[in-house]
Amino acid sequence: MKSMGQTQEEYYRGVRMVPYDLLKELLLAVAGVGVLAILVAAFLSSPNVAPVTIATWSQTDPVDFVTTATGELAGTTTSAGYGAPYNTTPDAYQHWGPFAPQAWFGVRIPIDSANAYVIDPLKHAAFTNSTLGASLSQWQTATPDQQAAWLDAYTKALAAATVKDGNVTVASGDYGPLSLMMSNLLGVAQTGGLDGLLAINGRFYQTDYTQPLLFMGDGGYFAGLAANEHLSGDLWGMMNETGTYPGQTWLWLYTMWYQVPPFTSDTGFLGLNAGNADLGIVLLMTVLTFLLALVPFIPILRDIPRWLPIHRLIWRAYYAPNGQAPGRPASVKPLGASVPPAP
Amino acid sequence: MSARNSGSWTLRVRQAMDRHLPMDHLLPDRQPYYVGSWVYVFGVITIAALAWVIVSGVVLSFFGPQWWHDSSVGRFFNSLHFWSVQLFFIFMVLHLWGQYFMAGWRNGRAATWMIGVVIFGISILTAFTGYLSQQNFDAQFIALNAKDAMNGAGIGAFFNVLNFGQMYGLHVMLLPIGVTFLVVAHIVMVRARGVVKPIDPEGARP
Repeated sequence: MKSMGQTQEEYYRGVRMVPYDLLKELLLAVAGVGVLAILVAAFLSSPNVAPVTIATWSQTDPVDFVTTATGELAGTTTSAGYGAPYNTTPDAYQHWGPFAPQAWFGVRIPIDSANAYVIDPLKHAAFTNSTLGASLSQWQTATPDQQAAWLDAYTKALAAATVKDGNVTVASGDYGPLSLMMSNLLGVAQTGGLDGLLAINGRFYQTDYTQPLLFMGDGGYFAGLAANEHLSGDLWGMMNETGTYPGQTWLWLYTMWYQVPPFTSDTGFLGLNAGNADLGIVLLMTVLTFLLALVPFIPILRDIPRWLPIHRLIWRAYYAPNGQAPGRPASVKPLGASVPPAP
Repeated sequence: MSARNSGSWTLRVRQAMDRHLPMDHLLPDRQPYYVGSWVYVFGVITIAALAWVIVSGVVLSFFGPQWWHDSSVGRFFNSLHFWSVQLFFIFMVLHLWGQYFMAGWRNGRAATWMIGVVIFGISILTAFTGYLSQQNFDAQFIALNAKDAMNGAGIGAFFNVLNFGQMYGLHVMLLPIGVTFLVVAHIVMVRARGVVKPIDPEGARP
């Protein structure tokens, strides 16, 4: 602490000063880094894989689209049962003992999967389609048990569905109005109408893609594309990037925790496990970040640089043999030398 | 100080600045001989990369998202922004490790180190919102994966990674202001106190 309150002149007293041109160094650095960045940008470009739309999904894999939409209607998809901040599924939140921040703020971004992804879009389509309107009425006036029976039968039939001319065909059965509803929803999606309906969500200007992204995330098509691009969670997830680009390498420590116990374990350790991995890892990284910031005050961590000889490589001139570095203050002796007690 | 000006806040601030940050400290033409090490270059090239991040980012934000996808010039500036960010992080991490092994927090410089760590954290958040603002497949994938971490920690209720408008606004406005302000503060603190001396046996602790 000896230099606290010292002026810079006092701090550097006895130290040989040499000429230095700060602005020249800065401008040369800006020019050099600029040339490097421009060359790399020109020759390597940047990731630009086109985003997936609901239209491309429903055209490319209509069975997956219809299966996902049926799941939304049945309330069996990931987003339908997600809990906060999207809906109120009981106990669907991560917690570490009583610490459950996901549950604290309730439903801040409400998503009603059945209505948002199926019923409301079909109501729009029914403006010019009375047959669809009748099917919707039949669905909405049916009892919950009847709806569940239709959904169960239709979901099972979709496992053996076939595709012809972009349409999904299932074996004959008692599905109520579901076949007609899903056929119309698929038609709206394939023309791109569902992308627009979910994105604008009753508004004109908007920049929020929560609804269509959650819908696509519920299906298997999007996950398959991500796996083909080697982006999956077991391959270090969102740190990766399409193609051979470096991605967010600075997230390596964060994504690493998802690959190791206790965050890969069902039983876990001290209540942290795969079930609350997101919460546990965010908390862990918060603690580690504070530790990094507080290194100057943490014994051992702050002493490691003194123990390791790396600083001797950095300040080679200063630690020159026999302490003969030019301009070296007489009061500073080489590391390891016998020194009198600090005043 | 005259009696008339003894209560002047402006005068006091100016005098404090003269005392702690005179121009020959802010724009020095001399430095201790041991600052000649190559490790000191990491700091200035980090600032240089940040300058290119900001310049390319300003161009991208001026012309808008469609431009950087649909035109070749836009794609080039998008790539320049992308690689400037990559270089910025590479240089910043090298600077961080360099300062760690030099114990750069000694002799009253702990706050400079701590602000550096905060800059590192905010930079990660800025880059993260940038990846979410790309409007490509990567942005969709990262958003869908990241939402679980944000929601699990309760942050997702206010920081919706699926909301492009929110992420884009944070990326081009609030977070860059935070990074730039803290980088300026970091540099001013370095210039005000000067570069820390080499480690000596009694000088390793703050």
